[in-house]
Amino acid sequence: MSRMFISAIALVGILILTGIDIRMTPPNPYKSPPLIAFGSGLSGSGGFCGSLLNEGSTTDPGQ
Amino acid sequence: MTRVVLFRMALVLTAFGLVVLVSLFAGARFGIVLSIGLGFGIVLEGLRFGFAGPWRMMILHREPAGILAQFLAIGLVACVAIPMLAFHPTELSGAQAPIGWAMIGGAFVFGAAMQIILGCGSGTLVNAGSGNPVSLVALPFFALGSFAGAYHIFWWTDLGSLPIMTLEGGAGLVGTLILLIIMAGIFLILGKKGSRSLPRRYIIAAIFIAVLAICNLLVSGQPWGVVYGLGLWAAKGAVVLGFDLSSSTYWAASSSVGRLNSSVLTDYTSLTNIGMLAGAFGVSVWRNRDLGHPVPSYPLSTWFVVIVAGLALGYASRLAFGCNVGAFFSGISTGSLHGWVWFIAAFMGAFLGIRIRFVVGLKPS
Repeated sequence: MSRMFISAIALVGILILTGIDIRMTPPNPYKSPPLIAFGSGLSGSGGFCGSLLNEGSTTDPGQ
Repeated sequence: MTRVVLFRMALVLTAFGLVVLVSLFAGARFGIVLSIGLGFGIVLEGLRFGFAGPWRMMILHREPAGILAQFLAIGLVACVAIPMLAFHPTELSGAQAPIGWAMIGGAFVFGAAMQIILGCGSGTLVNAGSGNPVSLVALPFFALGSFAGAYHIFWWTDLGSLPIMTLEGGAGLVGTLILLIIMAGIFLILGKKGSRSLPRRYIIAAIFIAVLAICNLLVSGQPWGVVYGLGLWAAKGAVVLGFDLSSSTYWAASSSVGRLNSSVLTDYTSLTNIGMLAGAFGVSVWRNRDLGHPVPSYPLSTWFVVIVAGLALGYASRLAFGCNVGAFFSGISTGSLHGWVWFIAAFMGAFLGIRIRFVVGLKPS
């Protein structure tokens, strides 16, 4: 087994999982946020491992 | 020669095509975040910049160059991120988390586990993309561990923690830079003679990583992270398999449910994670040097240790509020004191991990 095989498994695996996810929860480009967060005037909403859940906060759960 | 050029052009076009597709189907911001992730993967693999390896080099050989490069990158990001966070606290958020018993223990375990498989949060993704079988096996268990860690996180944080403490504004930036200089000085003193200079490759990598991390903050509104995305993938898998997550305070929260019902193409950490893996793959194929080499074979017991280490990486990094990226790199560069405590605890854990790696029969490097 070569390293190329391992690389290919990793990439194809990620692409397959992403494909399944898109099929189950398709993204909606019409709901996409402004191009960049900085200067948008909107609060962040992404998940991040450094923050706990805080339903009332501007920075959601996460990371 | 022409075939090689054509092949490389195809690689670049494929990467560009992926970014365009994500932009079209999810939104332009998400396409940009994917391209930032690709950049991370290209720089980390292309310039051989990492976290676990340099820590190992310092501990085993007293060569501090890699760690100094990490401090350089963190300092560069801090110079932009800390003032930006002060002026735009609504749009941008830092990697700020409380210091607590679980956080310290989690960082220690993460530091040990990342030396066992010689891959941290970013390193596991990059190594898997560049053909490392240990990282490929560890990666899904890393994701499972992250999912489980988030599932139990409130039990752990109830063990006790301080309020979030941050170095903010101009004074916070000066304080962060002074701490980085002091820490760099300590490592320079501890380093052996002849290995105290910073190779050009590391300087270039540190600058690129810093630029990408700043872009990530400005575009997505949050710092560079890894672990959340991995846990989200596992949680999505659990939901598909019919697991009930309503008993978890974390995963049953409305914000988590919202993310579980959204595409991974709209999750920033997932996009940078995918980009890192794909970027590392692209660099490996571009180089076309090592990919033909056979992978080393290990006994079954070693693979068992790799699986346990992968689970530990994920679980511990959630308790520690991030891995080397989310807690150490992004934490310190956005002024969070927990990033410094994370670094000390994880570095101590690395001593243990190096010993374990030898014992379980994984290659020294």
